[in-house]
Amino acid sequence: MTEEIIIAGFGGQGVLSMGKIMAYSAVMQDMEVSWMPSYGPEMRGGTANVTVIISSERISSPIIRHFDTGIILNQQSLDKFENAIKPGGVLIYDGNGITRHPERKDISIYRVDAAEEAARMNSSKTFNMVVLGGFIKVRPIIKLENVIKGLKKSLPERYHSLIPMNEKALIRGEEIITVVHKA
Amino acid sequence: MLEATGLKEIIKPENLTYRRSEVLVDNTLSYCPGCGHGTTHRILAELIEELGLQSQTIGISPVGCSVLLYHYLDVDIQQAAHGRAPALATAIKRLLPDKFVFTYQGDGDLAAIGTAETIHACNRGENILIIFVNNGIYGMTGGQMAPTTLIGMKSSTSPRGRDVKTMGNPLKMTDIVATLPGTYYVTRQSVHTPANVRKTKKAMRKAIEYQKLNKGTCFVEIVSNCPSGWRMTPVESNKWMEANMIPFYPLGDLKTPAE
Amino acid sequence: MERELRLMKGNEAIAEAAIRAGVDGYFGYPITPQSEILEYLMEANPAETTGMIVLQAESEIAAINMVYGGAGCGKKVMTSSSSPGISLKQEGISYIAGAELPCLIVNVVRGGPGLGTIQPAQSDYFQSVKGGGHGDYHLIVLAPASVQEMADFVELSFDLAFKYRNPVLILSDGAIGQMMEKVYLKPQKPRATEFPDWATTGKSASRERNIITSLDLDPEGQEEFNHKLQAKYAEISKNEVRFEEFQCEDAEYLFVAYGTSARVCQKSVQIAREQGITAGLLRPVTLFPFPSVRINELAGKIKGILSVEMSSGQMVEDVLLAVNGKVQVKHFGRMGGIVTTPEEVVEKLKSFFIGG
Repeated sequence: MTEEIIIAGFGGQGVLSMGKIMAYSAVMQDMEVSWMPSYGPEMRGGTANVTVIISSERISSPIIRHFDTGIILNQQSLDKFENAIKPGGVLIYDGNGITRHPERKDISIYRVDAAEEAARMNSSKTFNMVVLGGFIKVRPIIKLENVIKGLKKSLPERYHSLIPMNEKALIRGEEIITVVHKA
Repeated sequence: MLEATGLKEIIKPENLTYRRSEVLVDNTLSYCPGCGHGTTHRILAELIEELGLQSQTIGISPVGCSVLLYHYLDVDIQQAAHGRAPALATAIKRLLPDKFVFTYQGDGDLAAIGTAETIHACNRGENILIIFVNNGIYGMTGGQMAPTTLIGMKSSTSPRGRDVKTMGNPLKMTDIVATLPGTYYVTRQSVHTPANVRKTKKAMRKAIEYQKLNKGTCFVEIVSNCPSGWRMTPVESNKWMEANMIPFYPLGDLKTPAE
Repeated sequence: MERELRLMKGNEAIAEAAIRAGVDGYFGYPITPQSEILEYLMEANPAETTGMIVLQAESEIAAINMVYGGAGCGKKVMTSSSSPGISLKQEGISYIAGAELPCLIVNVVRGGPGLGTIQPAQSDYFQSVKGGGHGDYHLIVLAPASVQEMADFVELSFDLAFKYRNPVLILSDGAIGQMMEKVYLKPQKPRATEFPDWATTGKSASRERNIITSLDLDPEGQEEFNHKLQAKYAEISKNEVRFEEFQCEDAEYLFVAYGTSARVCQKSVQIAREQGITAGLLRPVTLFPFPSVRINELAGKIKGILSVEMSSGQMVEDVLLAVNGKVQVKHFGRMGGIVTTPEEVVEKLKSFFIGG
């Protein structure tokens, strides 16, 4: 099993940390992972993306051009990565601020309005956890319990009090994700 | 024979007035006649011996006339790239904090190419002794202009004399490092008369003792001569130094511990 | 021996492995994409635990000369930087090679020339393998291809450095430095308490003074010293060649690639084979010494070699020397901070050797 994922959005949306938690969760399941961020000045306020590969085997190239799953969190990233998803793959996006919605017919498209949901929960910081909850619903390669374990491992101890709130956000993500189109 | 010349009387230990320091290696110095390096080496060797530091000392020789310092001092020595001695000394002292660590540098090495290393080692207050021999010229490469060359002073790269407009002013590094909080004791001395030799030795002894007490950077400048580079006899060069160098680089302490 | 599992960036792995390997001193200066090494060490503050010294120097130049000073005392010392900073260190590296001092230098390569870019590249091969500074010398050059190797090669580097009294360079790149993977960390090793007999640690009464220098004004002496260095490099070349092979047994076409490009080419082998092209990969782990003998052996059994490197073609010169005309050799690689993709590599292989 190998899942090649791109997560892309604005810097500050928690793109890199979502990838990190995903990677930690996979480590909890004894899988191989690679987490390859875009780095440098473009991250400051610009776009940020990270490639996460989760596999039951040794991972070859950590840098790839085509992905099984795209998690897309702004218009720029949608424009850039929609066509990078392999036929039959999955695109998950947040509709917030999207003016041109995904159009491909050969991939499955899901929408998770995480920004709206996080605002409703009064906790904009859990935005990326709502998205991640949506991801594990449609691509159940990592289990919720391992995401919680991954959170514990990746967060410094002083933030562990925030874990219940994040768990709530993950579960909300699982609940609110909707199918737009099924390939 | 000995009896005939009275030498036997002279070599009695109680009559001993001078002997070569055991920390000086029995190698012929490569310095030009009349050069201040030899005397400075001797002072350093005597102090290392007198303070019992031979087994504790790590010295750093520069690029310049004193590059071969390790031929003359019987202590462990590292030879540094041009200007970088304070960087070496920083690491050596941090890794071996109980050792006595000194750099021995000329004006080109310390005040031109090594300016950054000098300033930053002093600014960090590295617990080292920096010995700065300033003769206002690049001696080893054949008498080129140094950062410390006086205004109007001739050298092979300022053949009509140092022109401030195009060549800048002589740099008073010792004054600069004295302003840095990291330095503890900053002094300027010379070795051209017996009295000055004694003063220099006293200053260097203090600096070494401060290092034992972990007080920060000690910086001893020695205003010196370069008979070959200055195209003078040793006697002329000392006179010229007194008349020209010392007025611009006045001798004495620039920073003394508040005791 | 119990090993600890962590998810870390390559840069962080180097830093943590350095602490655990019992390194005595790290001297660095910030530059992207490797600043995490210095940051991690400052945060970890090993002075409190192992006694390791960590110092942010005023420049790359000062940092490498601090390494010279520390190495001259027989201590395990290291520095790290990225391409422009490594250029600044070259004078110091030449002195270190000339004074035969053991140490570790890490280059997390970015695109050049000049200030270039901060994205990953492999365009410092010549500088690393052929010299870099002045004079006839070689570094031992290790090319990690994973975060695990970033960690493992720290201790290996010091073993080799002290065995041969020679500086070792870890030639990494921005991708491996910034990437996170699983890494198994070795337990903490104590710092050494005994030092080599050549080190300047203070001259005891029982020995001659130790002198660390690269200077010999007598050309006869300097030539003799150069012969000694060359003999050492020959010994290293005999003993220390390391490489890895992927599916070379039945390969008709061979990729030669190191570091990030080797990871890319592993995938290219898979893609090529899915398309019916039996490709294999030889991955040099040591770039100096280079696995020339093995490449020459393989060259006799295959139809073509594609040397893949994120450069205009530097390592390919060593591949050509190794192959010595036995088979056609081509180079492919993106430049300026763009990582070659596995698909591109396969396309190039086809266009060079197969047609279409």
